[in-house]
Amino acid sequence: MSTTGTPAAGSTSPDFTIDPGSMRHLAQAQVNVELDTGDMILNLGPQHPATHGTLRLVVRLDGERVISADPIIGYMHRGYEKITEFRTYPQVTTLINRIDWLSSFANEVPFVSAAEKLMDIEAPPRAQYIRTILTELSRIATFLLFLGEMGLQVGALTPAFYGFRDREHILNLIESATGGRFHPNFNRIGGLKDDLPWGWLAEARSAMQVVFDACDTFENLVLGNEIFAARCKGIGIIPAKLGVAYGVSGSNLRASGVDWDLRRDGDPYLVYPELDFKVWTHPDGDSFSRYFVRLQETRESARMVLQCLDAIPAGPVMTKVPLIIKVPAGEVWVENENPLGQMGYYVVSKGGTGPFRVKIRSASFSNISILPWLLQGVYVPDVVTILAGLYFILGDIDR
Amino acid sequence: MGLIEKGLMPKPLTQLLNYSRKYSLWMFQWGLACCAIEMGAALASPRYDMMRLGVIPFPASPRQSDLVVISGTVTDKMAPAIRRLYEQMPDPKYVISMGACANCGGPYWDSYSVTKGVDQIIPVDIYIPGCPPRPEALLQAVVMLQERIQNEGIGNDELAQRWRGEKITVA
Repeated sequence: MSTTGTPAAGSTSPDFTIDPGSMRHLAQAQVNVELDTGDMILNLGPQHPATHGTLRLVVRLDGERVISADPIIGYMHRGYEKITEFRTYPQVTTLINRIDWLSSFANEVPFVSAAEKLMDIEAPPRAQYIRTILTELSRIATFLLFLGEMGLQVGALTPAFYGFRDREHILNLIESATGGRFHPNFNRIGGLKDDLPWGWLAEARSAMQVVFDACDTFENLVLGNEIFAARCKGIGIIPAKLGVAYGVSGSNLRASGVDWDLRRDGDPYLVYPELDFKVWTHPDGDSFSRYFVRLQETRESARMVLQCLDAIPAGPVMTKVPLIIKVPAGEVWVENENPLGQMGYYVVSKGGTGPFRVKIRSASFSNISILPWLLQGVYVPDVVTILAGLYFILGDIDR
Repeated sequence: MGLIEKGLMPKPLTQLLNYSRKYSLWMFQWGLACCAIEMGAALASPRYDMMRLGVIPFPASPRQSDLVVISGTVTDKMAPAIRRLYEQMPDPKYVISMGACANCGGPYWDSYSVTKGVDQIIPVDIYIPGCPPRPEALLQAVVMLQERIQNEGIGNDELAQRWRGEKITVA
């Protein structure tokens, strides 16, 4: 079939004839031209199981590959830094429990020690030991959840059940000591609310055995799993220098081979200088090594708790403090190694019953600031792996 | 069934339908803050095991769910998303507000960014107090909700009047 063009009046385009023999080539050319499909924009969150709550990720996709990812935060912003200006010091500890809600006790310690530094008092040795034990217990509880959750995110449901099961043992301990399963609010400026209940030390010893067993289980079940290794090895590599530049801290940075732990390298706090523990690192910096480091740190925490249980001295748990706490004017910066990384408080006091200003440096906020860089060029299923491996808490990001 | 639309359900049939409805609650988990972990413990931990109550916690979307548990702080930025997903749920739908934040703002009652109570946005059936509530409290809330479902009429008029009933608080 031959087609002859009939140009419209006044048009300058020439007549053209298409040879039917050439049509086949034209058709082939159409097939071979790569279709430009445009980018697809995928909205992960704000309600998505992989985002641990309410992180929203706007991901631009080219097929299965991520071109760019934008974390949109603020869905859990509760205005801590503003509220602390209207609260007294003992009331603030109630609030900051809930910043990183998995390891509530570890949040309290830096703030309370900041107030103690300004008042120039120190908690008695027994209180220091109990604080160390409870901080490490909350670290164990956080990491046990991570060890289970990470399995869940790459498609294995069983580890999540194990994680929740073994975590209950730790929560029982925290509850029997503090009265709160989740948010203990146990620290007082100058010590602790109560002494440990009778028989608690023996309970804690047997619970640590559960933790060691749980770590063995996770090592065999998850870390030794071929599918897990295939999903996580070489995924989401954070180079050490870049991690430091972005302010990544804690286990995420140690998994990139940076040997830095505030419990050992920072300003000495609690009884960590007297404990014998190893800071685990891993040279790879991928999601797999983050799992490895956290698994080893869980064991190391359990060992630290056992050491504290052996060495805990007798004595009071509270120093003498005035009934109404007024903190002298001054400024202080205290940072601790929280389960998720470096957590610090910059407290400015003007001599009143409440702080004038509190700046909260939370670990997860800096940890996820690397996400836009980290998610570039990865595949969609790896986004979930990377998010799970970085292990952030939304309250810790948004505050 | 034409009978349902006319609101003319024989009582035994109502009871039978309610009985099957209350033991297959598809629950959409709206995990927001601290309470989400306790909700996770209630669902995933073998110690509490909420699924034995007939709650199925894994709907892929709100369009497949009967029950939503708002667990945690609702911020003003999050509120439109909650309203939107609630409206996607098919009727009859039930809401459990878990924790002090979702009930009334909780410790953030004077914060500039927190919605003081999810009941300002969506109607709530059951309130669970606590900060955070224990997993047992969530189980209790589900049992109370099942009681309410069992006693519901399922004619059109009765469903329309559902929100005039008393609100339940887990104590």
